[in-house]
Amino acid sequence: MPPVADAAAHSDIIAAIGGTPMVELQRLAPHARVRLFAKLEGQNPTGSVKDRIARAMVFDALTSGALQPGQVILEPSSGNTGISLAMIGSRLGHPVRVVMPDNTTAERTQLLRLYGAEIISSPGAEGSNGAIRMGQQLAAADPSLFMPYQYGNQANPRAHEETTGPEILAQVPEVDLFVAGLGTGGTLTGVARALKPVRPSVRIVAAEPLPGEQVQGLRSLEEGFIPPVLDESLLDDRYLVSNRDALIGLRRLLREEGIFGGLSSGAAITVALRAARELEHGNVVVLLADGGWKYLSADLWTRDLDELQDELEGALLW
Amino acid sequence: MSRVKIPPVLRDSVGGSRDLTASGQTVAAVLDDLFAQHPALRERVTEDGQLSRFINVYVNDRDVRYRDGLDTPVGAEDTVILLPAMAGGAR
Repeated sequence: MPPVADAAAHSDIIAAIGGTPMVELQRLAPHARVRLFAKLEGQNPTGSVKDRIARAMVFDALTSGALQPGQVILEPSSGNTGISLAMIGSRLGHPVRVVMPDNTTAERTQLLRLYGAEIISSPGAEGSNGAIRMGQQLAAADPSLFMPYQYGNQANPRAHEETTGPEILAQVPEVDLFVAGLGTGGTLTGVARALKPVRPSVRIVAAEPLPGEQVQGLRSLEEGFIPPVLDESLLDDRYLVSNRDALIGLRRLLREEGIFGGLSSGAAITVALRAARELEHGNVVVLLADGGWKYLSADLWTRDLDELQDELEGALLW
Repeated sequence: MSRVKIPPVLRDSVGGSRDLTASGQTVAAVLDDLFAQHPALRERVTEDGQLSRFINVYVNDRDVRYRDGLDTPVGAEDTVILLPAMAGGAR
């Protein structure tokens, strides 16, 4: 057995956030001159990368005074950020309300309730944009609420610049290409800010979900949304991934590498493999944002792909 | 001819079609062919001759802004996807 790297006890569960494992994917690597590594963010306390930004946004707001002791936290989230905030809020004495589209998986509702959060449902057909709009309206109408607002809160990319990025540099110092899913843009922006000064040639690649027809509930293009925390100038490439391709990636991760990831992990590995195939040689790091646990009820691993694809058109899974 | 996928939010400018075909060897040429077929689309997709900030264009799933923009080559078998910039994802 190798020595235990970090044997010190953490002071509490919030202090156990981060420091996630990096695992080489030897079977999925496209050829011998490219090494492929996965950062397993599902190993965070509530099971996703969002623990990092939830902690950063809450502590930042407590330090600045924007969040007062006992104040209610309200956040639009289709799952993971809400769950992270709910856990942290429960530890620090802040009630948490989460505005969530009504078409996500049952596990997210269950976890939110277990951590004591209140769920406010927004129309699933309006996707994340609908939850964001509703959250902003609720926060505007009630000044007693504190909304961290992950899409516009600089503590989000800063959490990745200060923790995820340096961890990657420590684990794979010669990283040439970094791939992560594009949601708020916080992971890609923050990791790019940590990596680029040290490895100027590193390429930052986004895996973006191809939205299903039924979650594209925009009435006009101007309702479209570019998250303020996303610095698009730091991206070097951006790929769309269909739910079908994400499912295939997710199944390969499990079958070939024994890694149980969520749907965005399937999308990220699909893009990492495509980008890695174009590399002559080098080291690719892909960030797997969560584990498969919250998706078990959707049975993404064994059901017929065509059937699942039709169902996912109207769902919001990553 | 390349296949072009039209998002729901733009379909009223193209007579309700989900998929169109257009010819051209670059993104600019394919878009010009589309605008010739459906003039109302031009002002929805471009601003001063450039792509609108709220529209993303992908050739074979790859965002053209990170390639050669409107000069990105398009092959006859390629699929072009137009999408509104939007928040999509489990956050």
